[in-house]
Amino acid sequence: MESGIKRSEYVDIIFGFLGLFICFALLSIIAILLGDLIITGWPRLTPKFFLSFPSRFPEQAGILSAWVGSLLVIFITAISAVPIGVCAGIYLEEYAPKNWLTNILEINIANLAGVPSIIYGLLALGLFVYMLNFGESILTGGLTLGLMILPIIIMATREAIRTIPQDIREASYACGATKWQTVRWHILPYSMGGILTGMIIGVSRAFGETAPLVTIGALTYIAFLPSSPFEPQFPFISFKWLFDAFTVLPVQIFNWVSRPQKGFHINSAAAAVVLMALALMMNATAIYLRYRIRRKIKW
Amino acid sequence: MVDQIDTGELKAQVRNLNFYYGNHRVLKNVNLDIVSKKVTALVGPSGCGKTTFLRCFNRMHDLYPGNRYEGEIILYPENINIISKDVDPRLVRMRIGMVFQKPNPFPKSVYENVVYGLRIRGNNQKKTLDEIVERSLRSAALWDEVKDMLHKPGYDLSGGQQQRLCIARALATDPEILLFDEPTSALDPIATAKIEELMDELKKSVTIIIVTHNLQQAARVSDYTAFMYLGELVEYGTTEKMFTNPSNKLTQEYITGRFG
Repeated sequence: MESGIKRSEYVDIIFGFLGLFICFALLSIIAILLGDLIITGWPRLTPKFFLSFPSRFPEQAGILSAWVGSLLVIFITAISAVPIGVCAGIYLEEYAPKNWLTNILEINIANLAGVPSIIYGLLALGLFVYMLNFGESILTGGLTLGLMILPIIIMATREAIRTIPQDIREASYACGATKWQTVRWHILPYSMGGILTGMIIGVSRAFGETAPLVTIGALTYIAFLPSSPFEPQFPFISFKWLFDAFTVLPVQIFNWVSRPQKGFHINSAAAAVVLMALALMMNATAIYLRYRIRRKIKW
Repeated sequence: MVDQIDTGELKAQVRNLNFYYGNHRVLKNVNLDIVSKKVTALVGPSGCGKTTFLRCFNRMHDLYPGNRYEGEIILYPENINIISKDVDPRLVRMRIGMVFQKPNPFPKSVYENVVYGLRIRGNNQKKTLDEIVERSLRSAALWDEVKDMLHKPGYDLSGGQQQRLCIARALATDPEILLFDEPTSALDPIATAKIEELMDELKKSVTIIIVTHNLQQAARVSDYTAFMYLGELVEYGTTEKMFTNPSNKLTQEYITGRFG
């Protein structure tokens, strides 16, 4: 009996240490990877690198078209996927009746999250490029990634909504509120932290995605910027940039790393550092926002 | 036998009320008169259907699928059946307020908690809202404690204060009936005493129906008591009669603590 208790205590301690060791091992692998990238890419991380177009000469090549392309594509991704995803999440949690149709919808959305990203690329090639004639453009790229992260945003919205106690809904209805008023005054504001987190996680996943964009023809050599969204004449805004060809950071990295010259490998390491830094920054923002908003809401 | 009460003006009358969760009949042929500006207590052992019954009055069951009402709950003086399918549950809830078992203020400021019912009716005039906030918080005996922190979060208050905030929230829209679902079961004795005192004050202007597990509480706060058992209304009468001389044997056994 006594020795049995002792033994379980040892198991506890051993398990604790094992877990700690595994966590450290994983973290150090990531740290080494990142450290290696930084050390390799550091000499190229100059302002000129950010302001130059790609070039045949590694020392002159930069990531201007890639980071601008990445930002524009991500912008389209966010404004297409976030409103639809949040609305779908609200519908499924608050409005959908419990029936077979809702069940089918729920199962399929969960499945969508597991569809390989290249499949989204193939879908986009058929739908956006050939059927809708959007071309191999920023619009196509953004919408493709938007489709891909839609399930992530829907799931995050639903998760966030589910943490709101039923008490709060009942209190709102008992005051005579409609469903929409309950959503607008309570459900949406109280789940905003979770929704923002899901949105940023989705967007940062899209940010690093390569395969679907290669499928729809994101070029690897773009020596120009998309047309400006602002115009000197009325109506001052132009949407021509939506239909311009583009490249993005991960595609640019992929291109450089597959070249034989050593100089391009240094470039790809430097671009990878930029990509990592931006992705980590987005995640940090997500964590901060979640902390800020959650702190204000208690049940 | 159910004693019908003919003293006092009626605020509501329950006639042959049956309620079903799916196929399960939870309330069986309930008849009850609710006297205006009095406190009616619903007592009975757990699972007897008293909360289910209370939640019929503001159509809370409409929020969940598979629920069905049969019979009538007539609201006076208009003489409308508030559980009829033709009556919008929202209109019912605007006239019949509810205070829940667990204090459930919104994670918003004290002020916003109180004015919520007005905001959703489209009333956004600051002056009116300010007046109603003060009036409702005074009616809920909370004004003096929170008047300097109206814009602080409602959940910063203690449990008893939160429950009074919920009462103020329900009062803000001038309900005719106030439903209390075991309002003090999550509170300490001092906070409970405050809420009971408050009910005494509130019944001057509003009709109160309270579900309580606590027989002493029913005896202290109510004018009429209804005893429910297994979904049926066993006996109904003035609280005095119910606690001193109940006519039904089951009531007597429950009141004297023989079961429940």
